[in-house]
Amino acid sequence: MYQVIEGIISPVNDNYGKKDLVPSHHRVTMARLALKTSDWIRVDSWESEQAQWMETVKVLRHHQNQLLRSATQMEGLDPGKAPSDRAAAPELKLLCGADVLKSFQTPNLWKDAHIQEIVEKFGLVCVSRAGHDPKRYILSSPILCKYQHNIQLAREPVLNEISATYVRRALGQGQSVKYLLPDAVIAYIKNHGLYMTDNSQKGRSTQGN
Amino acid sequence: MDKVEKTEVVLLACGSFNPITNMHLRLFELAKDYMDGTGKYRVIKGIISPVGDAYKKKGLIPAHHRVIMAELATKTSCWVEVDTWESLQKEHHQEKLEAGHYNQQQNSPVQEKPGRKRKWTEQRQNSTQKKPPEPNPKGVPKVKLLCGADMLESFGVPSLWKSEDVTHIVADYGLICVTRAGSNAQKFIYESDVLWQHQGNIHLVTEWISNDISSTKIRRALRRGQSIRYLVPDLVQDYIQKHDLYSTESEDRNLGVTLAPLQRNTGEAES
Repeated sequence: MYQVIEGIISPVNDNYGKKDLVPSHHRVTMARLALKTSDWIRVDSWESEQAQWMETVKVLRHHQNQLLRSATQMEGLDPGKAPSDRAAAPELKLLCGADVLKSFQTPNLWKDAHIQEIVEKFGLVCVSRAGHDPKRYILSSPILCKYQHNIQLAREPVLNEISATYVRRALGQGQSVKYLLPDAVIAYIKNHGLYMTDNSQKGRSTQGN
Repeated sequence: MDKVEKTEVVLLACGSFNPITNMHLRLFELAKDYMDGTGKYRVIKGIISPVGDAYKKKGLIPAHHRVIMAELATKTSCWVEVDTWESLQKEHHQEKLEAGHYNQQQNSPVQEKPGRKRKWTEQRQNSTQKKPPEPNPKGVPKVKLLCGADMLESFGVPSLWKSEDVTHIVADYGLICVTRAGSNAQKFIYESDVLWQHQGNIHLVTEWISNDISSTKIRRALRRGQSIRYLVPDLVQDYIQKHDLYSTESEDRNLGVTLAPLQRNTGEAES
């Protein structure tokens, strides 16, 4: 049995080079606006502030270290506590959609060693997405199969195909995205003139969204 | 450059709104973009009209809660609002479009028949009119019924709608039906003589991105203690939580009771 204590959104570094990626300071701010009313999910800008793009496993390692450090600091505050009472650092798991799970199969997108470390040392929580069959992706990969006990498949009963790609297209065409995004994020996008045109040639496209 | 004379349109959505969800709200946005995009129309207002308790649908919680949630949901909208007339009626009127008209004429209101007094003042369309309303002079918006494919298909459910009411709706007002890609709406129109005859008055808007947030699923999630965050506006979620609105008990309301229009239309057919 698990108890989820925190959610972290870590926007990718600008140097990832994905098509239509607006500067990270905007993406971080929008995520913060969207999460203003959440009492358990927060945004972390560490990844976006690094000098270069870094692989997901390194981001996981960083956050795991942060959690370990906090746990140690908490222990330090209460030296009277017996070692057995000390709270272990929480487990950190990668949350993703089924499309990311599928992307493990894309040649050269992920290093095999990293996929292994992610599922072995951390674990995945994968939310279903229309048009994807996560069980099949797991079964067709030896690494994923081996660590499938560490891959939680969360079912999303409400079919919801809203994607950032769709939102960007709608904005580019001057259509409403109200109720797809929080109002504060829509206002921000408007005020900064983001996603006004279809910048299809900007940046290298590494994978579709 | 001459501006094309655009017909002003008001979108009216009827339903249980039990509770209102982001999907309902999206219907308005999609319909408005579509109508405005044709270049022939200008949507000036959206109206949400929650059904009265007398509808007797299973799981329907009291109207005042449903109205308040709809009002909270549209707080940040500058063009969609809630109308409470239908929710306040003691009896259910399926032909509400005739009775509850939201024409935006500037003239003073016409008094309704006794027992059907409107809460607020708007001119009522004369339901005994045989011919369609006069061609739209400048400044008289047209009301159109906004719905999903399920309502379009409900026109085919025996005893739910009187055929003359369906005719009245599509002939004199018009429908804007938002459907997801691959739905049977066009086939349904083809198979219905009435709908086919007035297909010019039926606008089909495709929702390319599936958005399956139904009120039924919301209520189910709530019964199971699951999160509905980001499926309904935050204010609506807070209100539901504060008043503990949906439970196994609330879902059993009207259990075994026949839906009001079925009751009325079947009874009339038999008499």
